[in-house]
Amino acid sequence: MNDLLTDYLPLAVFIGVALAIGGALMIAPFLVAVRNPDPEKVSAYECGFNAFDDARMKFDVRFYLVSILFIIFDLEIAFLFPWAVAFGDIGLYGFWSMMLFLGVLTVGFIYEWRTGALEWD
Amino acid sequence: MPETTSFAAALPEIILAAGAMGLLMLGAFGFSDGEKSDRAGWTAILILFAAGVALLGQTGTERVFNDAFISDPFARFVKLLVLAGSATAILLSFDDLRRAKADRYELPVLILLATVGMLMMVSAGDLLALYLGLELQSLALYVLAAFRRDDVRSSEAGMKYFVLGALSSGMLLYGASLLYGFSGTTSFAGLAQAASAPGAATNLGLIAGLVFLLVGLAFKISAVPFHMWTPDVYEGAPTPVTAFFAAAPKLAAMALLARVLFDGFGGLFVQWQKIVIFIAIASMLLGAFAAIGQTNIKRLMAYSSIGHVGFALVGVAAGSAAGIEGLLIYLAIYLVMTLGAFACILAMRRENGPVEEIDELAGLAETNLPMAFILAMLLLSLAGVPPLAGFFAKFYVFAAAMKAELYGLAIIGMLTSVVSLFYYLRIVKVMFFDDAKPGFSATAPYVRFVMIAAGLFVLLYAVYPAPLVEAATAAAKSLSL
Repeated sequence: MNDLLTDYLPLAVFIGVALAIGGALMIAPFLVAVRNPDPEKVSAYECGFNAFDDARMKFDVRFYLVSILFIIFDLEIAFLFPWAVAFGDIGLYGFWSMMLFLGVLTVGFIYEWRTGALEWD
Repeated sequence: MPETTSFAAALPEIILAAGAMGLLMLGAFGFSDGEKSDRAGWTAILILFAAGVALLGQTGTERVFNDAFISDPFARFVKLLVLAGSATAILLSFDDLRRAKADRYELPVLILLATVGMLMMVSAGDLLALYLGLELQSLALYVLAAFRRDDVRSSEAGMKYFVLGALSSGMLLYGASLLYGFSGTTSFAGLAQAASAPGAATNLGLIAGLVFLLVGLAFKISAVPFHMWTPDVYEGAPTPVTAFFAAAPKLAAMALLARVLFDGFGGLFVQWQKIVIFIAIASMLLGAFAAIGQTNIKRLMAYSSIGHVGFALVGVAAGSAAGIEGLLIYLAIYLVMTLGAFACILAMRRENGPVEEIDELAGLAETNLPMAFILAMLLLSLAGVPPLAGFFAKFYVFAAAMKAELYGLAIIGMLTSVVSLFYYLRIVKVMFFDDAKPGFSATAPYVRFVMIAAGLFVLLYAVYPAPLVEAATAAAKSLSL
């Protein structure tokens, strides 16, 4: 138990140092920096023209949908790589396991295609 | 490569999973638009039935896929209840969702997928199988809670459930990783060895892992202090979905909790018993007192279900075969009572839509005596009044607690049971003695069927309790105690 914890000592030291430096850098400006605000200085900076509107606006939920779809297929690729590398060892069972997984994924893909989740308008 | 018998042990799950995907494709291509959701619902009930038949064909105890999947009498008992609960929830959903214009064929598909997850949970013999089952169930449930996405409360329920559920899953995973780190295995059998090894009781890592695991599971069964999501989600979700939430997932998570604790951590019984006793007492107290002030009947049922989880946990805390038997009987009776009560809630509907306030039940005995009678019976049974079924449910768990010399726990349980009788009786009083409000519109046939069946079960259970008790006794033997 103690050996195990000793292994983690460098980590604790690292976290301590990170906290100290981070904290110091955040607190120091309050104490030493010169502050002289005027409206132009504190307004949002937007490439030379006045800001059009607030950054916190509603955006189309379809962006979210597309990103979710992206993540699913991204993960699929991440899953396929170790499978491909170990393909020689896992045999027919491994092959069909992956085919089953791809099949399930395809069912979901067909569903979203049919329900029109991929159409932008 | 696993043999084909491995797959035979998981046949009900395979049927459900394949059925859910087939149904999704049927929905996307096959059914014509008009009666889409009805046909999908009936197909789903058929698939659940097929899975039930496959389940009944299994015998003995099988541990397959490197012990990750266990098919034993305990699992089959709970699985049958879960399948019945899911099928009933679908039956209850037809009319309500059609009137809310939310009758989409995805609902039965999601219920099927959640059911696969629940069956996985009940059969899990490994932390990874446990987590996979739990997540499959939870993800489907998050979507179900927000099923009426044009309804603000439903969306809110889904969002809350999702965020808090993700948090609890994180805790559970953290616990699982600690357990793996300190024992070197994820299978319950391996964990049981590590937990009964000398020095396990002082192994902080193992204990911390167990506590985190329990936190995650306590959230799923909505035990105090991890119950905060329950009233909001129960109130916001569409009523048939709430009926489903209160019934099937709770049973599955409860069975999973019992299996993890007994099969995985039998050696640390002294340690986890304290935790279980605490959450049992806290749940019973909160379930009894917080429900008193509720005016919305769905919120009231949420607190009621929190209280019932506490009562069921008394059986787990007893740590004996009698306790598990009591737990199983409790779960079975609770399932029927809850579904019956929600059928009554679904019948609370006037011309301009469903009503959920308790005051709306005023004078129901004048306008609809049979419904008032059945609802009164179900509520009294939930409170545990003899000779209704709910009394026997409580009797078995408290008897087990007394035998295990947990007198304090049993006494607190009985006292909270008396307190809870107050708010159930208040509804009965509103129905029978308050001035009548206009009657409800005609109840859909399936809802009425569930209502009457549940009412009959609750009334007549005392006449012939043997089959349920025998099945529970046989099922309780398969956990290692």
